[in-house]
Amino acid sequence: MTLPDNLSRRAMFVKLGILFNGIIAALLAIPIVRYVLSPVTRSRGYEAWLPLGALDQFPAGQTRLGTFRNPDVQPWDGKTAYSDCWVRRIDDHTFQVFAINCMHLGCPVRWFPQSGLFMCPCHGGVYYQDGARASGPPERGLFEYPYKIEEGKLFIKAGQLPTPVSPSIPSAFVDISGKLPCA
Amino acid sequence: MRLIQQIGEWLDARVQLAASLRETAEHPVPRETASWFYVFGSAALVVFVMQILTGMLLAVIYVPSAGEAWNSLQTLNHSIALGWYIRALHGWGSNFMVAIVLIHMVQVFLFGAFKYPRELTWIVGIFLLLMTLGMAFSGQVLRFDQDAFWGLGIGASICSRIPIVGPWMVTLLLGGPIIAGSTLSRFFAVHVFVIPGMLIAFVGLHLLMVLKLGINEWPMPGRIVRKATYIKEYHELTHKDGIPFVPGAVWKDLFFGGCVLLTLAIVAAYFGPYGPSGRPDPTIIQTAPRPDYFFLWLYALLSLLPPEMETPALLIGPVIAILFLLLLPFIFGEGEKTWRRRPIAVLTILLVAVVFGTLTDLGGHVPWSPVMDAWSSDPIPPQFLQNRSALERQGALVFQLKQCHNCHSLGNEGGKRGPALDKVALLLTQDQLIRQVIQGGGNMPAYGKNLSPAETTALVAFLKTLHPTNQPPARDASRSVATEPAVNSPTGTNP
Repeated sequence: MTLPDNLSRRAMFVKLGILFNGIIAALLAIPIVRYVLSPVTRSRGYEAWLPLGALDQFPAGQTRLGTFRNPDVQPWDGKTAYSDCWVRRIDDHTFQVFAINCMHLGCPVRWFPQSGLFMCPCHGGVYYQDGARASGPPERGLFEYPYKIEEGKLFIKAGQLPTPVSPSIPSAFVDISGKLPCA
Repeated sequence: MRLIQQIGEWLDARVQLAASLRETAEHPVPRETASWFYVFGSAALVVFVMQILTGMLLAVIYVPSAGEAWNSLQTLNHSIALGWYIRALHGWGSNFMVAIVLIHMVQVFLFGAFKYPRELTWIVGIFLLLMTLGMAFSGQVLRFDQDAFWGLGIGASICSRIPIVGPWMVTLLLGGPIIAGSTLSRFFAVHVFVIPGMLIAFVGLHLLMVLKLGINEWPMPGRIVRKATYIKEYHELTHKDGIPFVPGAVWKDLFFGGCVLLTLAIVAAYFGPYGPSGRPDPTIIQTAPRPDYFFLWLYALLSLLPPEMETPALLIGPVIAILFLLLLPFIFGEGEKTWRRRPIAVLTILLVAVVFGTLTDLGGHVPWSPVMDAWSSDPIPPQFLQNRSALERQGALVFQLKQCHNCHSLGNEGGKRGPALDKVALLLTQDQLIRQVIQGGGNMPAYGKNLSPAETTALVAFLKTLHPTNQPPARDASRSVATEPAVNSPTGTNP
C-alpha cells in the first residue's frame, strides 16, 4: 500500500481519530434516538377497554358526562390521568360515546340539552346531538369511541388523545362538501 | 484598592484576557451609531440575563410534575417570601423579551442592517426570534394550569394535521398518548435545558459577528451598499470618523437597559404574576382556554380562516414566512439601506403591524366564541318584551331556553358568533325566518329536530317583532297577491 506524498503519519492519525470518534458517535446515536422516539416506537398500543360505570348512570334519551382513567399513566400524573367523554344513551343497548375534544383544535365541548347541541367555547364549533358537525370551523363531527356493554357496565376503548385526524367510527364522519360555512 | 489591583493582575497573568477585552470594548464604531435607536439588541440581552436569573430562582421551588406543578406555583405565590414577585418578574420578563426582540428586529430591518456583510447575523437573529417564541410557548406550558393544558391540546391538534407523520408528531410532542406528566417533563427539559442552551450559544455567535463585522453604520440616503466596496468604506468610516464603543456609545445602552429593568420591576410589582388559572384537571370542562398575548393573533387567525384554508395556512404559512426571512439578506443584500428610500419595506412593516395588531385585538375580544352562559345569565332587554303578545313573549322564552342568545345578541347583550337580531325582521320574512330556524345554514345549526311546531311558531312570532317601530317588517310581496281578494289585483283602479 502506498501513501500519498502529502499525507503525513500524524495527519493520518488525526483522520483515523476523527473516524473512530464518528463511529462511536454513530453507535451511541442508536440508543439515544431509540430513547427519544420511544413514545412512538412502542409496539403495544396505548388503548384499552376502560369502564365508564354502571349502565343506570346513563338514562336513555340523555347525554351525560363520563369520566375514565387512562390506561397508560404515571403515578405523578395527578388529575391529568383522567379524561372526560360525553355519553349519549339512545336506547337500552345503543350508545354513542364522544370525545370531549372539539375536532377543530381540541378544546372541551359542552352539551346543551335544551337545544340538543354541543358547543365549543374556543372558536365556536357546534355539533348536533349525534356528534355530526353543525357549524363553525371544525371539518368533521366529534370523535366517537368504540363501546361495549359487559355485566351491566359500559366500556369504551380509549387511551389516546383524539385529534382531528384520529379515525373515528364511520357514523361520526360527516360530508361537509357543498355546505362550507361562510364565516 | 491596591489589593484589588493585585488580584486583577494575578488573574490576568493566568487568563490573559484583559488586553483583548479592552480592545473589544474600545473598538471604533461609526459616530452616528451612538444613537438611541441602537439600544434594543443590548436591552434584549439584559432581559435575557434577567430571565436566566429569575428562571434559576423559580426552578429552586418549581416541581415539574403534572400532579404537583400547579401546587408548587401556589406555594411560590403564597408561601415563599416574594415568590410571587420572582414569578411576576419571570412572566412579565417573557413579555418584555418578545416585545424587545420584535422591536430590535424591526429596527434592524428598517435600517438595512441585514444587508451585506451582515447576512448571517440576521439569520442567526431569526433563529433567536424562533427560540424566543419557543421559550414563550414552553414557558406557558410550565405554568401548568387549565390554559396550559388545553393550549397543549391546541398544539397537538395543529401537529396532527401534518400529512402522514401527524399522529406520530402528536405522540412525540406529548411524550405519550395523552397530555400528562410526560408532557410536562419534556416541556420542562426543552424550556430549561434545550432552548436556553441553544439561545446562549446563538446569542454568543450573534454578538461575535456584531463585533467582527462592526455595528451597522447610520443609513444615509445615497450611501449604497456594494459588495465590492462596502468593507473598505466601512473601515474608513469607523477609523476616520469613529468613536470607541466604550465609552462613546455604551452609555446609551446602559441607560436604556437600566430603564427596561426598572420598568420590568415596577410592572411586575404592580400587576403581579400570571395565574396560575384553574387546576389542570381534564374533568373540569367549564373552561375557555386562551393563549398568552403573543399567540393571540394565531388564536384569532384560526377562527377567521375558512376551514378548508386552515391546514395549508398552518403548515405552509410559517414555512414560507421563515424561508422569506432567512432569504431576505440574499435577495436584498445590496443597495439603499435607509428606510427613506425603501418605501416597500416601510409599508411591509406597517402592514404586518396592522395585521398582527388587529388579530391580537380580536383575540382579546373573541367575537367568534359563543357566550356559553348568555342563555341563562344575559336577560333579553325589556324594550324587546314590552307591548308584546303572549305568543311573542313565549317565543322570547324559547329564544333563551334554546341557547339562541349564546350566539345572537339583542341590545348588544349575548354572543356575537351569529348576526345581531335587533332588526332581523327587516331582513327576513316570516317564511325565511322559519326556514333559517328549521334548516340552519350560513354557519347556523339546524334546529328542526329540537323545536316543536309550537315552539317554532312562538320563536318566529317573537323574531318578527324585532324591528324599529317606524319601519315595517319585511314581507313577501307575492304572498299578498296570492292570498288577498281580486280587488287588489293589477287591474284595480290607480289613483
